[in-house]
Amino acid sequence: MTAPDIRVVADAFDQGEELNRFTAMAGPAGAVVSFSGIVRDEGGMLQALEIEHYPAMTDRAIRAIADQAASRWALSAVLVIHRHGRLCPGEVIMMVATASLHRQAAFEAAEFLMDYLKSRAPFWKKAFTAGGAEWVAARDSDEDALDRWR
Amino acid sequence: MIEVLYFAWLRERIGLPREQVETEAPTVAALVQELSARDDSYALAFADLTGLRVAVDQELADFDAPLAGAREVAFFPPMTGG
Repeated sequence: MTAPDIRVVADAFDQGEELNRFTAMAGPAGAVVSFSGIVRDEGGMLQALEIEHYPAMTDRAIRAIADQAASRWALSAVLVIHRHGRLCPGEVIMMVATASLHRQAAFEAAEFLMDYLKSRAPFWKKAFTAGGAEWVAARDSDEDALDRWR
Repeated sequence: MIEVLYFAWLRERIGLPREQVETEAPTVAALVQELSARDDSYALAFADLTGLRVAVDQELADFDAPLAGAREVAFFPPMTGG
């Protein structure tokens, strides 16, 4: 596998452009799977989401997760882009993409990456609404999601 | 001397993002005890460790992890990436 492409960025990115570039660089792949996470508007309540992270740790934590995925599935490429800072509803928070010879590995690895990024990559979200600001709590279901990979 | 970092609501509750701490604490838990003894804002922030996570030198660790040779300890709530 080529080295995972991991980026933690403040600015918006073009997911279509990224996916095209990823596909072109993915080597001998028969399947590319991508996932994009979008800021929900929570029924019109959410004004903005602020994403804090731990710069010294973020890249290496994501890299460790990507390496784990690469050791479990036969992947030819992995992409993770995650934004930080202030985002509005509808904006893309992050995307992952995986490439493999066959779709099953690409699908499973993408799910694995998402499950681990949720609760093992050092990001925290603060939700701003008309009523004030509140840190988004981790959900037990996010932790439970890791069980199926153990 | 250890660099101690705080993130998310822990940073807000303690009132700073990072600080240098002179300590001989042998473990993370001992460091938490030292910090909690300083004043109420620390004691409150660290009141429930089950709701907190810790990283030692940028690797996730347990609260009983040793601090020998550690340069950086970060405390934060469970992560919410993705």
